[in-house]
Amino acid sequence: MKHLLSTAALAHADALSILDTAEEMSAVSAREIKKLPTLRGRTVVTLFHEDSTRTRISFEAAAKRLSADVMNFSAKGSSVSKGESLKDTVQTLEALGADAVVMRHAAAGAAHQLAAADWTDCAVVNAGDGTHEHPTQALLDALTLRRGRAAAAGVDPRGTDLAGMRVLIVGDILHSRVARSNVWLLHTLGAEVHLSAPPTLLPIGVEQWPAVVHYDVDAALDAEPDAVMMLRVQAERMGGAYFPSAGEYTRRWGLTDERLAVVERLPGPARDGSGAMILHPGPMNRGVEISSAAADSPLNRVLDQVSHGVSVRMAVLHLLLSGDRGPDRASETAAPAADPSPDRSRS
Amino acid sequence: MSTISQPPHAASRSADDATTPVLIRGARPYGDAPTDLLLRAGRIAALGEQAAATATHLAEDGTPALTVEAAGQIALPGLVDLHTHLREPGREDAETVETGSRAAALGGFTAVHAMANSTPAADSAGVVEQVHRLGREAGWTRVQPVGAVTVGLAGERLAELGAMAESSAAVRMFSDDGQCVHDPVLMRRALEYVKAVDGFVAQHAQEPRLTAGAQMHEGAVSAELGMPGWPAVAEESIIARDVLLAEHVGSRLHVCHVSTRGSVEIIRWAKSRGVDVTAEVTPHHLLLTDEQVRSFDPVYKVNPPLRTAEDVEALRAALADGTIDVVGTDHAPHPEQAKECEWVDAAMGMTGLETALPVLIATMIETGLMDWRRLAEVTSERPAQIHRHAHLGRPIAVGETADLVLVDPAERRTVRPGEHATKGRNSPYAGRELPGRVRATFLAGHPVVLDGAPATSRTGRTADRTVAP
Ligand SMILES: [Zn+2]
Repeated sequence: MKHLLSTAALAHADALSILDTAEEMSAVSAREIKKLPTLRGRTVVTLFHEDSTRTRISFEAAAKRLSADVMNFSAKGSSVSKGESLKDTVQTLEALGADAVVMRHAAAGAAHQLAAADWTDCAVVNAGDGTHEHPTQALLDALTLRRGRAAAAGVDPRGTDLAGMRVLIVGDILHSRVARSNVWLLHTLGAEVHLSAPPTLLPIGVEQWPAVVHYDVDAALDAEPDAVMMLRVQAERMGGAYFPSAGEYTRRWGLTDERLAVVERLPGPARDGSGAMILHPGPMNRGVEISSAAADSPLNRVLDQVSHGVSVRMAVLHLLLSGDRGPDRASETAAPAADPSPDRSRS
Repeated sequence: MSTISQPPHAASRSADDATTPVLIRGARPYGDAPTDLLLRAGRIAALGEQAAATATHLAEDGTPALTVEAAGQIALPGLVDLHTHLREPGREDAETVETGSRAAALGGFTAVHAMANSTPAADSAGVVEQVHRLGREAGWTRVQPVGAVTVGLAGERLAELGAMAESSAAVRMFSDDGQCVHDPVLMRRALEYVKAVDGFVAQHAQEPRLTAGAQMHEGAVSAELGMPGWPAVAEESIIARDVLLAEHVGSRLHVCHVSTRGSVEIIRWAKSRGVDVTAEVTPHHLLLTDEQVRSFDPVYKVNPPLRTAEDVEALRAALADGTIDVVGTDHAPHPEQAKECEWVDAAMGMTGLETALPVLIATMIETGLMDWRRLAEVTSERPAQIHRHAHLGRPIAVGETADLVLVDPAERRTVRPGEHATKGRNSPYAGRELPGRVRATFLAGHPVVLDGAPATSRTGRTADRTVAP
């Protein structure tokens, strides 16, 4: 694994390896000194063409806990913004000596293009590209699902996948990179994926996905999912374009108090009727796709998701950067700059 | 940068009578039995044994013919492209009439129709005359300007169609290509008005509301890639409307770059009803599919978008059976920066003049879907008939205009856009091996391409844009 660009292309073994490594990283995060020397002397650049403080901070924390140097670029107020071509960006990052680039971009495929550029030394991590993919979000969701089931069963999650689990994703599937990454990853890990959304918010072609589609969310809940993942509804989808009103959306697809009562009685991962897990990629629109009670329910794993995000991102950076190339690259980086290329002035 | 200076006597160099006679030896017209052809004074002067005999007489009279050995090569009527973007005036960084028409010659085209979406748009007599003149001065191929349907291609009011028709460019084909004439009333009026000038409307069929922000074909691949989809119905609904409008007002409609199976079915239905409609397909829609978009390489971004394998199959069948009349390249060169960027920001379009014939050989000849005679129909005869060019797209016969191309069907080459004559490097076939090479192109008997390379234009220009001594 040289880059992490999508979960569609992620093999079962690689996914498990990331999740198992994330378990080790969670243990580190639980210690008093939350730091490993693994990536000392390595440089991780976060390149965010789209605002997402939460994701950027999560990656930054992950890199720092592995002792990497972190450079942050955001679209606003830096040269790395619209108008600078992808090619120039590649060259700039190369000149900075980045070992890994964490890229968030509004354009689908931007991370793929960066990785496909003629620039072989740098690992690219897709931190969300348009409405295409957000692989680390799906990995942290998978970690949350796996841990939830292992805890219910009182077993060690390591080495296990999600076979036998049923996960329902509700909301704007059409515009959601989180939904896409989850569908592929959860399927790869053996889970049964169900989707529920207004037909206007499902992509043409969804019938070819490895997922069961329900327009009726109550029918989807009848299928007894172990977890319900509620997606955020963007304000710009409201107002009649995709569904008549926020109120109608909430009534038909929201995790209302009434539906929370149903979720609380589902068999859940322990199969003992203690309820299904509730996941949300955040930030939650209370009163729209999720009621306040559901947001604050003990079944809600949103805070776990946040901490699992750091563990998963540590695992990804660790696996991408401390592979076989590690010692070589480390000594290169440690050596004084023998070749002060004029390009470095670009930084 | 050197400027092109045109010596005053240049025009006389282009006179057909002054052209050296050419004896083509052993070429196979339409893939038939080998024969010799003698080109003289802009026409095919003799075929078979008569050709060599005439050449001998001419040599004795002091005008020896240029001999072109063409054993194993197929002779075809010069290709006629109804759909070319030459970018001049306004985007000379992308292409000029000079570079685009030289690319055309290298691709075997003896006539191209320059679309109107230049800057300014070709919506007046002045602009179409300018493009026409630039084409004549270049002398690599015939450049026939297309006139805009609406002022500035804005889709609001009719451009001066009559003035363009009466101009020295004699425009007959009107198109807002790049934009759809989406207003049904305006489209109706355009179809009606062109009847007065014996013209026709070439529609870029794309319902704008159904394709706002669209990035690629809407289907399984767009669902996975999370890109806003470009539904087939956005093309098909406009074609359905337009064939009914054309029938209602009794006018001629040409449908540009048909890209879906559904469009083919609508056109087949319209033709069976007697509607005066003709249709075009591009080489890239005969070969490439939306699967290519998985690479996120913007070289595959094009309008209309690459569709599915089912659509490709339907388009090939329709071209073979005549439902689709012609191949048009939609040659759309772009400067590098327009493609070296994120997919969503990239320009739409791909180059095509220099790869059209190889792609057709790969998709239609080598698959057994058509023979060389049918290929000549769809690349030369039908497009010339649609535009009503009396002397173009004619059969290879004595007395006809000597617009000819010699193709070596056996030579396979890897496409290297850096070697192309077009300024555009945005070829979707880069690195792909394709069959067939244009060895020679004759424009009214004048060899503009020899040995697969530019020779001299009819006005004496060479590939480095100087005028030959
Ligand atoms: Zn077009």
